[in-house]
Amino acid sequence: MTPERLARGQELIARYPQPQSALIPFLQYCQEQDGYVTLQAMKDAGELVGVTPGEVESIASFYTLLFKERVGKHIIQVCRTLSCSLRGADELQSYIKRKLGIGHLETSADGRFYYEEVECLAACDRAPCLQHNLEFHYDVTPAAFDQLLEAWQTQPPQPAMPAE
Amino acid sequence: MALFEPVIMKGIGEIDLTDIDVYERNGGFAGLRKALREMTPDSVTAEVTNSNLRGRGGAGFPTGRKWGFLPKDGRQRYLVVNCDEAEPGTFKDRMLLEYTPLQIIEGIVISAYAIGAKQAYIYIRGEFLNGSRIFRNALAAASSRHYLGERILDTDFSLDLVVHRGAGAYICGEETAQLESIEGKRGEPRLKPPFPAIAGLYGLPTVVNNVETLCYVKHIIERGAQWFAKIGPEKSPGPKIMSVSGHVKKPGNYEIPLGIPARELIEEYAGGLLPGRTLKAFQPGGASSAALFVEDLDVAIDFDSLGAKRTMLGSGGFVVMDDTACMVNCARTLTRFFEHESCGQCTPCREGGQWVARMVARLEAGEGSEEDLRVLDTINSTITGTNLCPLGDSIMPFLASVLKRFPEEFAAHIAHGGCPLKQTPVGAA
Repeated sequence: MTPERLARGQELIARYPQPQSALIPFLQYCQEQDGYVTLQAMKDAGELVGVTPGEVESIASFYTLLFKERVGKHIIQVCRTLSCSLRGADELQSYIKRKLGIGHLETSADGRFYYEEVECLAACDRAPCLQHNLEFHYDVTPAAFDQLLEAWQTQPPQPAMPAE
Repeated sequence: MALFEPVIMKGIGEIDLTDIDVYERNGGFAGLRKALREMTPDSVTAEVTNSNLRGRGGAGFPTGRKWGFLPKDGRQRYLVVNCDEAEPGTFKDRMLLEYTPLQIIEGIVISAYAIGAKQAYIYIRGEFLNGSRIFRNALAAASSRHYLGERILDTDFSLDLVVHRGAGAYICGEETAQLESIEGKRGEPRLKPPFPAIAGLYGLPTVVNNVETLCYVKHIIERGAQWFAKIGPEKSPGPKIMSVSGHVKKPGNYEIPLGIPARELIEEYAGGLLPGRTLKAFQPGGASSAALFVEDLDVAIDFDSLGAKRTMLGSGGFVVMDDTACMVNCARTLTRFFEHESCGQCTPCREGGQWVARMVARLEAGEGSEEDLRVLDTINSTITGTNLCPLGDSIMPFLASVLKRFPEEFAAHIAHGGCPLKQTPVGAA
């Protein structure tokens, strides 16, 4: 483990009475830097809190915002649950998939975009909604998506899954 | 018609309540001052008990009674604040987090004082990154003015509050799964008893309360139990935020006095249906609740009246479906949700949830059979009531209610080999 990671890990452990509580926050921190939860991060996390890498993998696999393999630099998560579905999410999903040329849970060949249809994001009053790198976008029409896509591509690089 | 004057939503959308100066100028921390300086922990608990406040997270359990379950045995205890809002159709906690985080903090401090917790954790849904940032800033501001931390406002009460971000799992909204998750484990619900009040976080006595619940605690302390208890029905009183979405003109969060008819929420608060449409169904309490229909529009929105209709108030996620909505499609969306979110511990939920979702998807695609309908009719009793937590019990209510009310829609999908409505869900435009 790098000294930097160890130091951050210890900071996180200090927040809780038991070290294992820092496990998920530590994985989130590693994911922010690496783009996904690497094998090394799982080994480091196990070492840090005193569980086996296998246990870390079992725990990490439970949570949908911890990615166990490399995903795109732009993580696009579109709501697919009832309120969005009632207000055009299905059409939006088809449009985005055509536009990006990838399907649900896929990353584009150039490694830029990852697309996922997710469960309710708690923005049902502004349906259909999506998150891009955990940032909310509301009332997204296909035309609005085109504008978002353009804006994302000119943005300076940012972590796809910020930790805090 | 005059709409109810908001209590915990007051100022939202008008003034910047995330600014601590603005919050203080608008009555912020008055409840905290009163509780810590003028009241004992027991009198705070008594006030909350007497208000008949019931938990706003979904289960509707009386808050004061929940606090009262903590054993008086001198052990350390924890307050865990549930901001893991993920019940489909519900978007009130995210609004409170982003727009009035200091009110949540005030409610937390008062409640921790009442139950004698020196340590609190707020579990914020992983997707609410922006909300968690806003909350952390609010926490820093509140700490700098001595509303949190050591010897709050120079009293003997100290409280440390830690922000814990989730990582994507609906089930972590269930209180024991949430405790597992804070402990750094898979978010799998625990077998109860023991209840969290006896053996909760790290095995110690713990109260888990929803953020909306805690916001009301502040106002109950300020205005008194009787003020709250007199709003709405006696056993299910107070204001409540209803998140209204789907086919209405003005989707949004509306704070209502419990007990108003569903019709009033749809027509007066949410602006009514879209032009030219008629009501087909509505879900009063999130994805877990059974649907109600046009003949139920006069039902009172409160815990007991909705319970008597075999549905529930739940978290207040009120989803309206008009005549353009295909019930088979809606059922497919929701059964897929529960299939996806099952933690996998209990066989009826894990396997049953998958079977049901597959059957409904098959029916929607026009590949279902009469046999599927017969199985769906009987599967309810083998899934519902056979799991550790309420998730398994949430798979069937909506599906069973629309199967019963609109059997012809399911049959038509079989007969037509697909959706006869040729549904194209359209927004307001």
